[in-house]
Amino acid sequence: MSDEYVIQVEDLCLVRGEKVIFDGLNLNVPRGAITAVMGPSGTGKTTLLRVIGGQLRPDSGRVLLNGEDVCTMSREELFRARRDIGMLFQSSALFTDMTVFENVAFPLRVHTSLPEDTIRDLVLLKLNAVGLRGARDLMPSQLSGGMSRRVALARAIALDPDLIMYDEPFTGQDPISMGVILALIRDLNSALQTSTLLVSHDIHETVGIADYLFVIADGKVIGEGTPQTLKQNDSERIHQFMHGDPDGPVPFHYPADDLTFDLLSEVE
Amino acid sequence: MQNLLRRIGSRVLAWLQGLGRASVMWVLAMSWVPRWSEWHLLIRQVYSIGVLSLAIISLSAFAIGSVIALQFYTQLTRFGAEDAVGAGLALVLLRELGPVVTGLLFAGRAGSAITAEIGLMKTTEQLSIMEMMGVDPLRRIVAPRLWGGVISMPLLTAVFNVVAIYGGYVVGVQWLGADPGGFWSGMQDAVEVWQDIGKGMIKAGVFAVVVTWIAVFQGYDCEPTAEGMGLATTRTVVSASVLILAIDFFLSLVMYGEFR
Amino acid sequence: MRMRTIEISVGGFVLAGILAVLFLIIQVSGVNPSSGADETYRVTARFDDVAGLRPRAKVSMAGVTLGRVRNIRVDTTYGEAIVELEIDGKPGNLTADTSAKILTEGILGARYIGLLPGADEEPLQDGGEIMETQGAIVLENLIGQFLTSLGKDKE
Repeated sequence: MSDEYVIQVEDLCLVRGEKVIFDGLNLNVPRGAITAVMGPSGTGKTTLLRVIGGQLRPDSGRVLLNGEDVCTMSREELFRARRDIGMLFQSSALFTDMTVFENVAFPLRVHTSLPEDTIRDLVLLKLNAVGLRGARDLMPSQLSGGMSRRVALARAIALDPDLIMYDEPFTGQDPISMGVILALIRDLNSALQTSTLLVSHDIHETVGIADYLFVIADGKVIGEGTPQTLKQNDSERIHQFMHGDPDGPVPFHYPADDLTFDLLSEVE
Repeated sequence: MQNLLRRIGSRVLAWLQGLGRASVMWVLAMSWVPRWSEWHLLIRQVYSIGVLSLAIISLSAFAIGSVIALQFYTQLTRFGAEDAVGAGLALVLLRELGPVVTGLLFAGRAGSAITAEIGLMKTTEQLSIMEMMGVDPLRRIVAPRLWGGVISMPLLTAVFNVVAIYGGYVVGVQWLGADPGGFWSGMQDAVEVWQDIGKGMIKAGVFAVVVTWIAVFQGYDCEPTAEGMGLATTRTVVSASVLILAIDFFLSLVMYGEFR
Repeated sequence: MRMRTIEISVGGFVLAGILAVLFLIIQVSGVNPSSGADETYRVTARFDDVAGLRPRAKVSMAGVTLGRVRNIRVDTTYGEAIVELEIDGKPGNLTADTSAKILTEGILGARYIGLLPGADEEPLQDGGEIMETQGAIVLENLIGQFLTSLGKDKE
């Protein structure tokens, strides 16, 4: 078992339908740090998290979680291993039939047999950490987008996981809740001594928070390093992505025929 | 031609794949035995599947029982055999209409609700996050609904039969004036515990498995979009209803085919 | 609190379902659990034809139900049906020379057994046999007889 890395992805290949999503992807997530995976939309960043979580089986390659291969685990082992992972989906995915309190209490109730008052204390502490202790009796439908993401975060850390994975945590947040979430990610990483893997296409925020970055495109890692080294990387594609140029090696246009040709052609 | 064959072939294969997935899901979910802390999940499902269906079941049962009694009475009095009203009513209800109509209503009321609920949970990624938390949604979400249906449906059928017989009694005896003694004794002479009540209950159990299985699978396997959910709900009601009628036909052939 | 009301209503539902099943068994199919407690005794009767008689059919005298048919077997040697009757009450309420007849309620109604008392002083014992019986009147046979007698008249 490697102590240096929480996750080691080796030669990952995944084809879904006609589309090649990963084509020999290699990346290692160091323990105790904030690691970010960046890349344009549609490069399979969310899919990567699902593969790491064992929800999708790759066509080939290995995904080691704490040294154990996720892809060959049995159903039981997989459910066991996932208890040590906290995951935050882009859509928050709160249980709509439970209050905020019950949402956060859910993992505790299912996986532990703690007495009710201990659960209550733990839930209130987690909610306090995300600043929503006062919202405990609300239903998810009464929360704003930023609040539900924070509740989902409190739920993800309820069991004090070793690893927290964030899927696009900054998308669709107003500047204030963005700041709150940034601060929370950083605090949780240092306070709980956890490893963090975050997937995003928001360069500015990601660069500001991550210790180590991977840029993926076309199913491969095209660049990695600390934010500083990546910014000075002179590869054209990384330069385009890091500085947000609209056109470059990653084309602005979805593959199509020439515009003049398209406009002049007859309607079928 | 070749194209058509290929399309038919791929549809058959897709259907088989669906059946395989549904079977795996069913086996995994039905092997669930609730732990002490999970009993409330089952109770909640019996509530939303069974208790909440009681009103519509009783209402339809009363209506159906009374019209059957009305028709039987008007026809049978022509032969002076109005004592057979009770017998005919009870046999028709216990053997066929009780389980079938309850099953159809069950598919419309509870089946569609199950599909929509699970489909929404899938669409909003609640099932996915549950998996990521190390909680098996097959056990947590699917299994209680399957068991809740299997528990509720025979009870609903029994309630349906009783209410329908009461409806028949009200119309046949109290309004049309059939003889109450003949009504009950004709019924009691004709009805046998195993042959009529027992086999009817077996039908109810089979329909419960069919409806909940389809409902849960359609929700679990639906396309995670609003459109996909609508489609899945429709499919639940349509295929469950058709299957109930088809299965009822074969069960009746097997159970009563020898006219014993 | 809400869970409590749910649990109570589920309990009520299950109870209602069980009561419904009991109602069906007792009232609709007419299995009377108290009939076991009441005293009954059994006698048998042989009929040449029981066509349409079913177990649990009524046994009555002068139109009053007196018991039920327990079961029906066939004696293949003599080509006769052996019907076991369950008579309510203590042995002694029927005479030994009671006769039994298979009758029909109305034209299309169910078959039942009608008993007629005899004049014997001796009572019919538990396990005894009714000697004088008349089987079911089968419509086809009647019509057949009628037709053959018509033919004979013409000759």
